[in-house]
Amino acid sequence: MQYIPNTEADCRAMLDAIGVRSSEELFADIPSKLKLKRGLNLAPPLSETGLRRHMKELAGRNADVEQYPSFLGAGAYNHFIPAAVSHLVFRSEFYTAYTPYQPELSQGTLQAIYEYQTLICQLTGMEVANASMYDGSSALAEAALMAHRINGRREVVLPMAVHPEYRTVCRTYASKLGLHLHEVPYTDEGTTDLKQVKGALSDRTSAVVVQSPNFFGVLESLDELAEAAHSAGALLIVVVAEPVSFGIVRSPGECGADIVVGEGQAFGNHLNFGGPYLGFFASKQAYVRSMPGRLVGRTEDKSGRPGYVLTLSTREQHIRREKATSNICTNEGLCALAATVHLSLLGRAGLRELALLNLRKTAYAKGAISALRGYELPFAGHTFNEFVVRVKRRAPAQVNRALFAKGIIGGVELGRFYPELSDCLLLCVTEQNSREEIDALCKAMGGGR
Amino acid sequence: MMHEPLLFDQGSRGRVGCTLPECDVPELKPERLLPKKLLRHDIPGFPELSEVEVVRHFTRLSQWNYGVDTGFYPLGSCTMKYNPKINEEVWRLPGFSHAHPYQPESLAQGALELMYELEQFLAEVSGMDRVSLQPAAGAQGEMLGMMLIRAYLESKGNPRKRVLVPDSSHGTNPASSAICGYEVLQIKSGPNGRLDPKAVADAMNEDVAAIMITNPNTLGLFEDQIAEVAKIVHAKGGQVYCDGANLNAIIGISRPGDMGVDALHFNLHKTFAVPHGGGGPGAGPVGLKAHLAPFMPIPVVEKKGKRFVLNDDLPLSVGRVRTFYGNFAALVRAYAYIRSLGPSGLRRVAEVAVINANYIMSQLKDYYHLPYDKHCKHECVFSDARQLPYGVQTLDIAKRLMDYGFHPPTIYFPLIVKGAMMIEPTETESKETLDQFIAAMKQIAEEAERDPELVRSAPHKTKVSRLDEAKAARQPNLRWKGKESATE
Repeated sequence: MQYIPNTEADCRAMLDAIGVRSSEELFADIPSKLKLKRGLNLAPPLSETGLRRHMKELAGRNADVEQYPSFLGAGAYNHFIPAAVSHLVFRSEFYTAYTPYQPELSQGTLQAIYEYQTLICQLTGMEVANASMYDGSSALAEAALMAHRINGRREVVLPMAVHPEYRTVCRTYASKLGLHLHEVPYTDEGTTDLKQVKGALSDRTSAVVVQSPNFFGVLESLDELAEAAHSAGALLIVVVAEPVSFGIVRSPGECGADIVVGEGQAFGNHLNFGGPYLGFFASKQAYVRSMPGRLVGRTEDKSGRPGYVLTLSTREQHIRREKATSNICTNEGLCALAATVHLSLLGRAGLRELALLNLRKTAYAKGAISALRGYELPFAGHTFNEFVVRVKRRAPAQVNRALFAKGIIGGVELGRFYPELSDCLLLCVTEQNSREEIDALCKAMGGGR
Repeated sequence: MMHEPLLFDQGSRGRVGCTLPECDVPELKPERLLPKKLLRHDIPGFPELSEVEVVRHFTRLSQWNYGVDTGFYPLGSCTMKYNPKINEEVWRLPGFSHAHPYQPESLAQGALELMYELEQFLAEVSGMDRVSLQPAAGAQGEMLGMMLIRAYLESKGNPRKRVLVPDSSHGTNPASSAICGYEVLQIKSGPNGRLDPKAVADAMNEDVAAIMITNPNTLGLFEDQIAEVAKIVHAKGGQVYCDGANLNAIIGISRPGDMGVDALHFNLHKTFAVPHGGGGPGAGPVGLKAHLAPFMPIPVVEKKGKRFVLNDDLPLSVGRVRTFYGNFAALVRAYAYIRSLGPSGLRRVAEVAVINANYIMSQLKDYYHLPYDKHCKHECVFSDARQLPYGVQTLDIAKRLMDYGFHPPTIYFPLIVKGAMMIEPTETESKETLDQFIAAMKQIAEEAERDPELVRSAPHKTKVSRLDEAKAARQPNLRWKGKESATE
């Protein structure tokens, strides 16, 4: 039997040692009426060859970004991943390990997480970071719950320019605890409407959320939002879906953020049709004991040698578990490791260079598309590597179809999230898109004139 | 043993570990692209390493880590079974790993078919009607399951106030209830380590939304009265949630859906052999009976003729618990695992997992206190009661096991056994491995009597000796802050 080493004879010997005649006896505690009287209704087993062939066939029915130039972003980014990342992450000492409950046998995982926590602090400009969360959206929802734990207030200002799926996740999490979310609109610039934010603030406001670059790719004025939030005694939660921007854009910590969360997929993690991804979570030191998730700390062993352990774990389900306000116990360890390796390879100069490359290529694409007839850029705000394009006289879906006819995967049709933007596409340009691809995109977009 | 410096204490100014694509568009200065007040100029302290330094650093770290490929990992309730290598190959096929979640459905038919089929497979093995693949982990699955129950009860006019949780439950169960706005009422297990229907009947009333049951429970025992308990709960309009973390013990033999369970989560990383990555990612799909299905998170995969589509249009949906469709790469591995084992193979998994656990139990019960001396399912629970008189505790036994080359079992859990050691061998360990483990455990029992200090001061052969966890919590050092802190 596949993956089971014990033969019938081995099992026989063990059953004898246990003192039972058959394995049936070991299942005698299951009442007969609860036993399945038939075999499971599943396809018969496949050999390794058969499985490989079948999986290749399934995978072959998906388009992938290696095969087609793609301009999709919106929370999932196609970035270059150096070969060394996979080689290291796929060392099975990392990927076949469990949570590092026994630190003496898990120094590899633990030190890597400590390094990851440091990198996230450096990127976000914050003082403390946890060992990672499920993804950007659940990290944001947990940040809203954390703000409530800190100040006891129940209202959260949640701009429309935050990723629509992140907002849905927040709503799902918040509703059960009676938190109220106030959605505020965006301006003609594509930025969150500061006046409306100020109008929504009160002494009941727990936190103001802002995404930057936001869902439209536009950079927000974090300083002003921080000032507004703080003047009402609320916290500023900044969420970042495209962390490559950290290489060139001022950090949220410098702008006054209290909690910074986001999606780390861009570093070392494949698109994977949406998961697993990597939620990162950082805050000011003062809030560390309200922070959800795992933390790794540095300590020493009996001989005074440095070592790492999971720490401060008494914050959540471990004590007074019925009073717990977060049930997080897993993290995305391997995804965090991939990000740590990727960021180590990029390093101080590489990250900046990568961010600049994204910025320049996007500026080039924006310039070229805005020059096309039949298109305009509805938002004037500053962007990083995504931008919104308004399609005149055609439906965005038609544009996407025309693009795919030329072998190009176009942009996200915004109508699915924003009815008022149903004539718009959200395009993303990364270092993976060559100038030739961008030119081909423009040519194919212009073709329908 | 060698100490590996942190990334931040290695390298040299100006080093870079990878080559980026060339800039084939005009190289405008950043100041021309963004206003000054938005620009960042540097990240002080960020690593500056060459590729070989990075490779050596993480290779060395990997060598100080213990995984299933390194050896026996009998962590109870965590189900650390072997992770088949073919699965690691197939999820990395570009059509899976390089597919964007927002590419049109027509360009993602293979991925959607896989998800559609996996839902059917999981429904069949659990006896449920529908399955949401969205939750990223078991704990998130629990939370979603309780949200669905709450949404269902709300639709009936009253979400109710309380959730019953047995004292043998998983640590996250009460927290998952609390996050859904419920008070938790603990139910004491009966003297046989199982749920007592009378205790449930006494606690059950119209204010109780649900009971959360782990079956087999955390003592490794099958809750043989679960059907009666479910009847009691249903009679008062409550719902039954099953923590499916231990499904591997009964797969192909018995199905929670046939026991009266309304919702349960699967831990794909446990039952279906998805590697756990040092603490994640996993995946925690949720199985549901039909009456809960209208509340499922969006989107759901449906089949229209021969095509697979994503349906967002569920007016009663609770929304989402994460972006996109879940931990897809984990779903691919679980799908591959089910396809390679088939119905007979999955049943054999449960049989051998149970034989292996009972074998360990039978061989060690003369050496370690066994609080519940009954045939177990996939895991058995001992305590340190026999070693305590010598001053040797569970923690010491666990640490000493490391010197014999084994990962320790889960310790101090379940909470209802003082000094618990929860051993789960899984079906992928051979009799020889179990015999070596048993021999080591016997040896440690003997050492505890003869030379307790040897056990108390373990481990002796690991990279670091016992770590000062109290110091870590009292003076938290959670990040590198500059060269000086590295030499403290």
